[in-house]
Amino acid sequence: MFERGLALSPLLYARAQMGLSLAFHIVFAAAGIALPLLMVIADALWMRTRDPEYRELRQRLAKGTSILFAVGAVSGTVLSFELGLLWPSFMGSFGSVIGLPFALEGFAFFTEAIFLGIYLYGRERVSERLHLFAGVVVAASGAASAFFVTLVNAFMNLPAGLQVEAGRVVAADPVAAMWSPSWMHQSVHVLLSSYQATAFAMVGIHAFLLLRGRRPSFHRKALGIALPLAIVTALVQPLSGDRSAKQIAHLQPLKLAAAEAHFETRSRAPLLVGGMVDVERGRVTGAIPVPGGLSFLAFGDVDAPVRGLDAFPREEWPPVAKVHLAFDTMVGAGTAMAALAALMAASWLRRRRWPEQRLMLWALVAAAPLGFVALEAGWLVTEWGRQPWLVRGVLKTEAAMTAFPYNAAPFWLFTVLYVFLAAIVGYLMWHQIVASREAVVPEAPRPAGAAHAAE
Amino acid sequence: MPPSEILLGLVIVAALVLYVALGGADFGGGVWDLLAFGPRRAAQRRAIERAIGPIWEANHVWLILVVVVLFTAFPRGFAAITTALHVPLTLFLIGVVLRGSAFTFRATDLNHDRGQARWGLAFSLASVVAPWLLGATVGAIASGGIRVDAQTGVVSGGFLAPWLGAFPVAVGFFCLSLCAFLAATYLTEESADSPAVQEDFRGRALAAGVAVGGCALAAFLAAGSGAPRIWEGLVHRPWALPFHAATAAAALGALRSLWRRQFRRARVLAGAQTGLILIGWATAQYPYLVVPDVTIWNVAAPARTRTLLLGALAAGIPVLVPSLWLLFRVFKAERQRT
Repeated sequence: MFERGLALSPLLYARAQMGLSLAFHIVFAAAGIALPLLMVIADALWMRTRDPEYRELRQRLAKGTSILFAVGAVSGTVLSFELGLLWPSFMGSFGSVIGLPFALEGFAFFTEAIFLGIYLYGRERVSERLHLFAGVVVAASGAASAFFVTLVNAFMNLPAGLQVEAGRVVAADPVAAMWSPSWMHQSVHVLLSSYQATAFAMVGIHAFLLLRGRRPSFHRKALGIALPLAIVTALVQPLSGDRSAKQIAHLQPLKLAAAEAHFETRSRAPLLVGGMVDVERGRVTGAIPVPGGLSFLAFGDVDAPVRGLDAFPREEWPPVAKVHLAFDTMVGAGTAMAALAALMAASWLRRRRWPEQRLMLWALVAAAPLGFVALEAGWLVTEWGRQPWLVRGVLKTEAAMTAFPYNAAPFWLFTVLYVFLAAIVGYLMWHQIVASREAVVPEAPRPAGAAHAAE
Repeated sequence: MPPSEILLGLVIVAALVLYVALGGADFGGGVWDLLAFGPRRAAQRRAIERAIGPIWEANHVWLILVVVVLFTAFPRGFAAITTALHVPLTLFLIGVVLRGSAFTFRATDLNHDRGQARWGLAFSLASVVAPWLLGATVGAIASGGIRVDAQTGVVSGGFLAPWLGAFPVAVGFFCLSLCAFLAATYLTEESADSPAVQEDFRGRALAAGVAVGGCALAAFLAAGSGAPRIWEGLVHRPWALPFHAATAAAALGALRSLWRRQFRRARVLAGAQTGLILIGWATAQYPYLVVPDVTIWNVAAPARTRTLLLGALAAGIPVLVPSLWLLFRVFKAERQRT
């Protein structure tokens, strides 16, 4: 790889552009999956209780969804082109193999966009029930989209359905390719992470506004919707991660070795928490070792032998230090969220109400970014951990790169654009939706009769 | 049944027609936002915002469908296009991102007047640039300036020359004027509740319709040397004359309906004109995906993939069609009654 020396090689620029585009899109995609669910819950509660605070919550969530979905939709379009703009040989060889889930994702995206339009703009044009149904369709098709896209990533990590002879793909079965061995682990992990990240962000925001003493009744209702989702996902996600790690130990041992910075093959392998990775010397300094921890995590047996990086040719190693750091970040953030969730759940079971002590609320505020931190870090583990391969064992990232020689230009263009958009979205979300004192959309009374236009 | 290569080619053309007729009009709305003037400037912009708001994201998905079917069914064709046209496609994407985000920011920004100006400009400029780039991309694909080695798939012809010739530039303006024409025509119907605004858009639609004719003529003449195979197809094939006659009839019919203030009819005819233009181009270019080296036959995915893809598309349509029907019924049918 060109990580050193001429640090900004065309390959690095292409990877950086793809990484930037995905890192940006993934936040909006995750929020686009989870916010509609929270919005629909608020909507259903409004319909049941006729408590105007639930209606306001629904409006604010809808407004937020409209911004995040729009930016997610256009940044997703960028990605669908970038597959070809940056990795034309990948698409030339594998477009026909992975096209099926993308086509299904296209339809899911269609229904999501259509029903979001109806939900956001059609409140006065359709019946209340159809309106709620539109919200449900948005939430469901958002999840379906994420599921189909994750199938493609699962294929890249563990290609299935390929017949390879002498390093060349001679035949491919697109249906088998959709169901890579890791499809279930990855899609469950991705979907949970989307709900978890969004729920923790929303919980943190409303906890903060509660601390500021603004409209306690409203923000407690918002917490009441988001906190259960945050707790459930934070407690289930470590189990999903554990299942996934055990499978990776079997099927992608090199990725596991890199994630754990496990250099030497040995039994009773320790789990290294943190530490500085020295790839040249094959050492980790300053880590906290848990004896037998890695063996236990990978194979459920503290004495099991775990293959280290030394079992694989040096040129196949992913960037170990980065993968390890990303992995520790993900696990650390996940553990913190799980611990906090357990605390919140315990408190609720005892007192049947959500915590109001300032310390607890501050803890929730501090945890607000952790979900998205874990989500980005986890995605980096799987992408960096697969390098130098684009399709593991079949196509090297370098070999898939575009012949376009000026990759720096689009990289910087998109960097400037995305940094600018991120700042604007953050500003608008905070000032105009979250913290705005006025009702977001003053709702006109429903015109009698006109409501049934589309039933 | 025709071979699946042809069926999938037809799917791409159909999705492109819908993308231009629907999503293109959303870009056109941005053009008129930029060109809003006169005493009813604010009302024009409101009409545009109201017309685009609920539907632009759904309309945009047709483009995704084009891309996905292209790279699944004709993977090496997609690779050749994205390699040779890296520059205009990247700029087009930046336009797409800016247009969509700025439009949504504008609708969200509670400081409506200041936000309107700030985001409106980004939205409308991006709406002008993006359709031009899309047209130039199509022109480049048709021009024959992109060469692809049959054995290695290596693309030559340069990263600028193929889309900056007279022909692709003319096609770019053709596409831009068509989007503006469609938008203004649809907006006449959309602003039925305000006759003055409706008249504004009627005038714009008539002007844009004439511009479409001029750009079409320019592109046609430029094709003679700039895209010889397309010229050949447009002039010499047996269906050419009746086809041009039908397109011209739709175009003149749309203008006549606008003139007579039969706005619903104008909308239908403008849509038909768009479809005929794109189908005429696709037929003239058949069987080439990228003139002159890539055809739908020599880059087609394996037969099983093509069959599966057609199956997936067939499975998606029963979900898609009723959903789209509902969307357009909710937002576009009501005004006709009132």
